[in-house]
Amino acid sequence: MHGFANPKRFLSLAQWLTPLLLASGLIVTAVALFWGVTSVPPDRLMGETVRILFIHVPTAWLGMGGWSAIAISSLVFLVWRHPLAAIAARAAAVPGLVFTIICLATGSIWGRPTWGTWWVWDGRLTSMLVLAFLYLAYIALAQAAEREGVSARIPAIFGLLGAVNIPIINRSVVWWNSLHQPPSITMGKSAIDAVFLQPLLLAVLGFSLIFGGVVLARMRALLADIQAEARLRRRALEAD
Amino acid sequence: MRESLDQWDFVLAAYVVAVIGTLGMIAWSWIAMKRAEKRRENVRSATRKTR
Repeated sequence: MHGFANPKRFLSLAQWLTPLLLASGLIVTAVALFWGVTSVPPDRLMGETVRILFIHVPTAWLGMGGWSAIAISSLVFLVWRHPLAAIAARAAAVPGLVFTIICLATGSIWGRPTWGTWWVWDGRLTSMLVLAFLYLAYIALAQAAEREGVSARIPAIFGLLGAVNIPIINRSVVWWNSLHQPPSITMGKSAIDAVFLQPLLLAVLGFSLIFGGVVLARMRALLADIQAEARLRRRALEAD
Repeated sequence: MRESLDQWDFVLAAYVVAVIGTLGMIAWSWIAMKRAEKRRENVRSATRKTR
């Protein structure tokens, strides 16, 4: 595993893995969503709106998963000082933010016909909104650190501190009264009927593959920018 | 009074948001990656020429 932390080896792997993850992710997601829209029966309580489950839940998990990836990569960067870990953390921020925004938007759209409101300031929705703001702050901080030549340890520390929000999101429906339902899927257990669970798990797989492909694409872009800048700087020094 | 909402409108709206957001993110990431790698190659070949 440590061998792939070498940028050259990473690039040779990412070269073919990026399009593979993106293409397979798009196909799997399309199949899962088509299955969810056309073959799943309406729910007894939520009716047709249950189909929003197949996008809302995967994007919610990946929104939280994105920050977990930032926190783990930041820890690896702070402990072992490996620059590729800092790049991986930065690369996970954009897909994490996009999936968090999709989760918030689809949740709001789902809330209107089921709860009678677009938004409530309860624990789950508010902590998820906080996660979106944390992503925005992290992206701004990482860009500013790069532009000003400040150590990448500052965004890494922020990435670790922000991880405090993840268990708060996870436990929010248990700790506080909420319109949001309690967790339906826990470790090894599910309260969801198989007819909904199967396309849901396929959608989770599809969106996860897309997430992985986008992270690799972002890592390749960041790495290429760093290498081009380093070469330009070296050339300027040689010219002096 | 009970509102009469067409549930399919909400399903459609949620799917449109998800599809546009996901495809937009993929396209932007892919284009940014290709642009950055092309710039690196240009810088690399320009450096080789000056040597």
